[in-house]
Amino acid sequence: MIKLIAQRLAASALILLGVAAITFVLLYLLPADPAVNLAGRSATAQTVANIRHELGLDQPLLTQFLHYLGNLAQGNLGRSYTQKTEVVTLILARLPATLILMAAGIAVEVALGLIFGVIAALNRGGPVDRLVMAACFVGVSAPQFVVALLLLYVFALMLGWFPMSGFGTAAHVVLPALTLGVLGAGWYARMVRSAMIDVLNQDYVRTARAKGISERRVIFRHALPNALLPIIAMIGIDIGQFMSGVVVVEAVYGWPGIGQLVWQAIQQVDLPIIMGVTLVSAFAIVAGNLIADLVAPLIDPRIRAR
Amino acid sequence: MRVLREIARRPTALFGLAVVLTVVVAAIGAPLLAPFSPSEQLFDGLTLEGAPIPPDATYLLGTDALGRDLLSRLLYGARTSLIIGLVANGTAVAIGLFVGMTAGYLRGAVGNAMMRFTDLMMAFPALLLAIVLAAIFRPSLWIVAMVIAMVNWVQVARIVYTETRGLVERDFILAERSLGAGHGRIIFLHILPHLMPTAIVWGTLGIATTVLLEATLSFLGIGVQPPEPSWGNIIFESQSFFSGAPWLVFFPGIAILLTALSFNLVGDALRDIFDPTQRGRM
Amino acid sequence: MMKNWLKRTALAGCIALLPLPALAAGGTITVTYKDDIATLDPAIGYDWQNWSMIKSLFSRLMDYTPGTDTLVPSLAESFTVAPDGLTYTFVLRKGVKFSNGRDVVAGDVKYSIERAVNPKTQGPGAGFFGAIAGFDDFSAGKAETITGIETPDDGTVIFKLSRPDATFLHVLAINFSSVVPKEAVEAAGADFGKKPVGSGAFVLKDWVIGQKLTFEKNPNFYVKDTPKIDGFTVEIGQEPLVAVLRLQKGEVDIAGDGIPPAKFLEIKNGPDAKDIIIDGEQLQTGYVTLNTQVKPLDDLKVRQALNMAINKEKITRIVNGRATPANQVLPPLMPGYNAAYKGYAYDVKKAKALLAEAGHKDGFSTVLYASSTDPNPRIAQAIQQDLAAIGVKVEIKALANPNVIAAGGTKGEAPMVWSGGMAWIADFPDPSNFYGPILGCAGAIQGGWNWSWYCNEAMDKRAVAADSISDPAKKDERAAAWKGIFTDIMADAPWIPVFNERRVVAKSKRMGGAGNIYVDPTRVINYDAIFIK
Repeated sequence: MIKLIAQRLAASALILLGVAAITFVLLYLLPADPAVNLAGRSATAQTVANIRHELGLDQPLLTQFLHYLGNLAQGNLGRSYTQKTEVVTLILARLPATLILMAAGIAVEVALGLIFGVIAALNRGGPVDRLVMAACFVGVSAPQFVVALLLLYVFALMLGWFPMSGFGTAAHVVLPALTLGVLGAGWYARMVRSAMIDVLNQDYVRTARAKGISERRVIFRHALPNALLPIIAMIGIDIGQFMSGVVVVEAVYGWPGIGQLVWQAIQQVDLPIIMGVTLVSAFAIVAGNLIADLVAPLIDPRIRAR
Repeated sequence: MRVLREIARRPTALFGLAVVLTVVVAAIGAPLLAPFSPSEQLFDGLTLEGAPIPPDATYLLGTDALGRDLLSRLLYGARTSLIIGLVANGTAVAIGLFVGMTAGYLRGAVGNAMMRFTDLMMAFPALLLAIVLAAIFRPSLWIVAMVIAMVNWVQVARIVYTETRGLVERDFILAERSLGAGHGRIIFLHILPHLMPTAIVWGTLGIATTVLLEATLSFLGIGVQPPEPSWGNIIFESQSFFSGAPWLVFFPGIAILLTALSFNLVGDALRDIFDPTQRGRM
Repeated sequence: MMKNWLKRTALAGCIALLPLPALAAGGTITVTYKDDIATLDPAIGYDWQNWSMIKSLFSRLMDYTPGTDTLVPSLAESFTVAPDGLTYTFVLRKGVKFSNGRDVVAGDVKYSIERAVNPKTQGPGAGFFGAIAGFDDFSAGKAETITGIETPDDGTVIFKLSRPDATFLHVLAINFSSVVPKEAVEAAGADFGKKPVGSGAFVLKDWVIGQKLTFEKNPNFYVKDTPKIDGFTVEIGQEPLVAVLRLQKGEVDIAGDGIPPAKFLEIKNGPDAKDIIIDGEQLQTGYVTLNTQVKPLDDLKVRQALNMAINKEKITRIVNGRATPANQVLPPLMPGYNAAYKGYAYDVKKAKALLAEAGHKDGFSTVLYASSTDPNPRIAQAIQQDLAAIGVKVEIKALANPNVIAAGGTKGEAPMVWSGGMAWIADFPDPSNFYGPILGCAGAIQGGWNWSWYCNEAMDKRAVAADSISDPAKKDERAAAWKGIFTDIMADAPWIPVFNERRVVAKSKRMGGAGNIYVDPTRVINYDAIFIK
């Protein structure tokens, strides 16, 4: 097990290095010149050249990349072009907001997923099952930004139950978390349902039932715990999904997280911020996948044997 | 035929198929069906103060912030969604098939390198990558399609890889090999046909993802270029009128949702039909 | 236009004269913006959000009377200009302190300007100081200091110029000339923009990144009875619509990003319009550049035809009437504006005829670049439709601002660029600001902002001549010279001037003061002058 983890950690580090390299090359290809952008309308050619030199943008790509890696090894993501602040500081200042949003979103997903998954499994094949499964499909097919805008319109603008945007109180987190959670809940419900059905067909559950143990006890003591491991694996994968999707939700709700940070940075070709957020997101994805992979052998003994 | 009959037995799949066909008809028949030109800024399509007009007898779904007929734009928008859906997802499936099959068949150093590369792509924040790519290349319909393909092929490659590895071990392939059949012959005559169900399933399910991704990119203003209508950029352009003209978000939103949902339903049904052991699973 | 301006000035005068007991009330207010504040370092900050905050955090030798473009000494008590226009001598006000408690001395002025010019600062403003003697050597790293800035004693600063520069007093009033204390800059390093120390009307108390900034009144500020409020809080990440809704409830006092269209119409037609909406002219022109070095736009007749094909009234309707159609480069409030000039009137027939004369009877195809932020793609589409009417097929490229700037600044790349969302309001209220970077030969370079690539050496000579008229007494002569230059430029039609956008700000009912301190021509929002009723 320890050897497996060590192997996976090494592979993860390589993957992150690859992500850094690819992102760096892509950003280098951008037609926009950060120096021109920074210098503004009234700058002279000399000012632009000076800024380019100070940022090291006049160096060859490889030199710039090695320099970046050198800093990265020391945990230094560089300084933002437009804000001149350490990218690490900017990301750390905004990461808590994104993590709160992510945690709330996952909580909604898991809660809805468990409830509807169990309901569907217990009514397997019946009209309730079909209705729940259809609703799940609607959930996973809905465009995030449309759901976000509609929730805003109904619950904030028309009914006034929740604030329209911003950050700070528990009420602020409800709509963004619902947006993220409702969409993902479909996947969880489907998975919980199939895991439950598998378990309910197992011999020991049949035995338990035959012994006259109450249905509730069968579900909560025997069936449900077996559905939990796949949920943990799924959360692992989900973390990555969230990191990638926060741009839209944070944009619509004015949520002060890293999605908003990177979106503003893209508008201003603030390369160090774009690099930094991409790396942090990739790190979250790799870590999430690692969790999923480590949980997998516990779920299915066949994988452990391999 | 068997497939169609199977679909007909599933009410949800039938519903999906009906919507998909409707979208196809809307896309092909847009010039005949649309009451106005999709890009014409109609003189009476805006109030004198420059506000869009709510749905009425002339403009069945209202007008947008430039005074264009929303219904006409939605119909033409179906074209954009379908073209991008087919081209982007077709490309993604093709790349995924090629990479997955080659890596699974060859294995060894080349196969390993290819799969490590897919691992790498899996670790990329997909939407972020799409946004950066869309910012690098000056966006057009085709560039947006290619950006989406670049992001979406990875999953297909992983699945095809696993399946190919299973196939390579099977007796009939081993038999062909021992008879001295060339790689090309084995791949095209024996492996590819077995992968077709997977390709068809992903070719359908992937369109849903693609439609959503295109809409999202266009919603952020980095997708399809105006005045080409896309369901995503209709919402993008109307966002600032949102509180006064919610229909401009509502109708295209429904269009995106229904289309994505239908491709998901049909794809899911196809997966059931091709692979009954997966029934009821993810 | 002139009458309008007089009226506005007169109004400001009344406000200033009224004894307002309410001023004692002080109080704190809340301002909102959607995007984060980038930096408050005066040598670096250069966007319309931080511009007004930096103005209020720091002081400069020169400043403007609130709400006007009238230059007045500020940190300077008085100044003299030598008759040849090459030597400026400033006497500093005594007893002015930085917020860290130290007295402001002449050496700080010299240090601050050298810092703004120093390439290591990576600031955008260096070019403004090009007229100071020794500038070239310093910015090339050949000299330790700018020799043209002399500080004979703690209370005197002397500037020696290498050429007369009529805009020099304006230059000393822009943010890049703000005075900063060396020790605080060195202590904060590159983070100075997050921990600013100055001697302005306000002090930054707290900054929660991505959420809010808290400004407090500087009790020792040297201008009497300024500022009027005790402080203000800037909340970040607020959608414009949300900000306006909160403003109507009284939770927000100024919605910095303006009012979204749907809400604007609703409020404008509502009972509170007068108390909430401030609609002020600013020094801004929205224009389409016509690349004079790209076929077929290199043909004057084609450019004139395009000028006549645009229905500017219709375009102002797209921004809900929050703009006035323009026919020339300068905005109406700028000295040198030619009120008698008629421009190219909207005339599709004549435009078609001109195109036919130029040999494009069937039109041609071209590309229009525009910023991808609303409403710019919509305006681009309106232009596209107008040009289609004379047979010109336009492909729109709506891109993120930096990509548009890159395309515009690459020779032969962008035939047409819609400036909206990028061309910022003027740096200072002087017509030269609308020439050098965006219409002069100096801007027609790789990475420059002269996207028309219009380079007329005769015009450059006239511009230099106009800027040499530095005697304030000859102000009118200079304005007349600029009026001639811009009128003649329009004969070459390098632009389609589309409209002068007015700035619409929403303020809560309790906020007092004339409109022109909320849409101040040199500050955007003038935090020093606004007050609670």
